[in-house]
Amino acid sequence: MDNKIKKAYDARPKNWVFELVLAVIIIGLMVWSATAVETSGTNQNGGKIAINILSGIFHPDTKLLLNLTNQGVPYLLLETMCIAFMGTVVGAIISIPLAFITASNLSPKPVAFIGRMVIMAIRTVPSLVYGLMFIRVTGPGAFAGLLTMSLCSVGMVTKMYIEAIEDLDTRILESLDAAGCTTWQKIRYGILPQLMPNFASTAIYRFDINLRDATVLGIVGAGGIGAPLIFAMNSYRWNETGAILAGLIVLVLIIEFISTKIRVKLARG
Amino acid sequence: MSIYDKIFRPKTYTLPNGKSVQQKASRMPVAVVIILAMLILSIRITGFDMAVLVKRMNQFFVILGEMFPPKLEYLSQVWGPLFDTIKMSLLGSVIGSLLAVPFAMLASTNVIPNRAVVAIVRLFLGVVRTLPTLVSALIATYIFGLGTLAGTTAIAIFSFAYIGKLTYEEIETVDMGSFEAMEAMGATKTRAFISAIIPQVLPMYLSNCLFNFEGNVRYAAILGYVGAGGIGLILNEKIGWKEYSSVGMILVALFVTVFIIESISRAARKKLV
Repeated sequence: MDNKIKKAYDARPKNWVFELVLAVIIIGLMVWSATAVETSGTNQNGGKIAINILSGIFHPDTKLLLNLTNQGVPYLLLETMCIAFMGTVVGAIISIPLAFITASNLSPKPVAFIGRMVIMAIRTVPSLVYGLMFIRVTGPGAFAGLLTMSLCSVGMVTKMYIEAIEDLDTRILESLDAAGCTTWQKIRYGILPQLMPNFASTAIYRFDINLRDATVLGIVGAGGIGAPLIFAMNSYRWNETGAILAGLIVLVLIIEFISTKIRVKLARG
Repeated sequence: MSIYDKIFRPKTYTLPNGKSVQQKASRMPVAVVIILAMLILSIRITGFDMAVLVKRMNQFFVILGEMFPPKLEYLSQVWGPLFDTIKMSLLGSVIGSLLAVPFAMLASTNVIPNRAVVAIVRLFLGVVRTLPTLVSALIATYIFGLGTLAGTTAIAIFSFAYIGKLTYEEIETVDMGSFEAMEAMGATKTRAFISAIIPQVLPMYLSNCLFNFEGNVRYAAILGYVGAGGIGLILNEKIGWKEYSSVGMILVALFVTVFIIESISRAARKKLV
C-alpha cells in the first residue's frame, strides 16, 4: 500500500523548469517594480498624521451628517445616487448597440475588431478627461457628472453584454422557427427572455460600481459628493471627511446588499 | 403565496389532459413603476436635458480635436512616468492580493465555523472596498509624502479588498472533501487550507489577480491627481496647462500599454481557467 502511494507520488507531473522560469520572472518583476518606490517623501510625522486623520474620521461631524439642506450629507448622497443611476441608464443604452456590433457571433470579424478597439479606447481615457470635455458641453454640475459616468460605464457594461450575446442559445431560435414564428415573435420569445435578466443584472452591478466611483467626479467639479469630500480632505477638515465617508460607506453597503438580492433573483429566474 | 400574488391573482390554464396550471402575474409592472419613479427623480435632480446635449454636443469634440495629432516629441518624456505607473500597479496589486489570502480564508463560512469571525472579517473587507481609492491615495500622500509609494499603498488597499471578496466567494464553492479528510487526519486548519483548498482556488485566484492588475493600471492614471505618482501626474499637469496635444500623446501611450497588458493577461487567463 505504502509503496503504491510512494510510486504514485514519484510519478507526479514534474515541470520544475517551467516553475523555475516563472519564479525567476515574477521575482524579477517584483524587484523591477520595487525600484519605483520612493521613500524619500516619508517623514517622521507620518505616523502622527495618520493618527490625527483616523481620529478625525472616527469622530464624524454629526451636524453635517444630519443636515437636511442642500449642503448636508443626505442631500449630497441623494444627488450622487441620482448621478450614478442616470449615468448607468445612459451608459447601458449606449452599450446595447455597441455590444451587438461587437459580438463575434453576429457581426463579421473586421467590424467586431474595430468595435473592440473603440470600446478599449473609450475605457482607457481617464474619467478626469471626460469630465473636462463634458463640462464644456453642459457647464459644471450634476449633468456633466452623469454624462462622464455613462461613458466610463460603457467599457465594462459592453464587455458583459457581449458575453451575454455570445452565450445566446440559438437552438431556441431554431425551434421557434420550426414552429412558424415571425421575426418579432422570435425576438420577443427567443432572444429577450435570454438577454433581459443578464442585461439588467449587469446594469445593476455597474450601478454599484458607479456609486462607489462617484468621488472621482468631484475632482472635476461634476457634482455629487466627490467635490465636498476632496475639499474637506485638502483643507484637513477630517471630521467633515469622516461624516461624508460614513454616509457614503453606509449608502454603498446598503445599495450593494439590495442589488445583490435583486441580482440573485434575476439569475435564478 | 406572497402578498403580491394575493392582490394580483395568478392566471389559471386548464390543459387538454384536465390538469390545471397557474401562471403567476408578472412582476414587470412593479419594476417599471419603480424604475420610472427613479428616472423622474434623477432627471429632476441632475438636470438632465436632452436638448442641451444635442445642441452643444459639438463642444465635446473640441478638446478631442485638439488632442490630435498627438505631439510625438513629447513621447520621450512619457516613458518614465508610464513605467512608474506600471511598477506601482504591479507592486500594489501583488501586495494587496497576497495580503487578501488569509483574510479570505477567515471570511469563508466553510473553513471557519465561527459566524461572528466571518461576519466581522466580511464587514471589514466591505468597508475597505467602499473606501474610494482616491481618498486612500490622498491620505497616503499625507503619510508617505507625494510620490509612487502613496499610489502603491492605495492600489494595494483596493486590491486587498477586491481580491479578498472574490477569493472568499471562490473558496465557498470548493469541494470540501479533501479539507475534511486532512483535518480528520490531524492537520491544522492552516495546513489543510494550504494543501487542500489553495490548489482548487489557485487558477481562479490568479485569473482574478491579473484582471485586477489590468484595472489598476488604468485606474493609476487618475491617482496622479492627488499627487500619488505615475502618469497621472503629468496628465494632470498637461491638462492644467491646456497642452492638449501632449495629453493626446499620453493617452495614446496609455492605450497601447493597456492593450499590451490586456492581451498578455487574457492569454494567461485563458490558459489558467
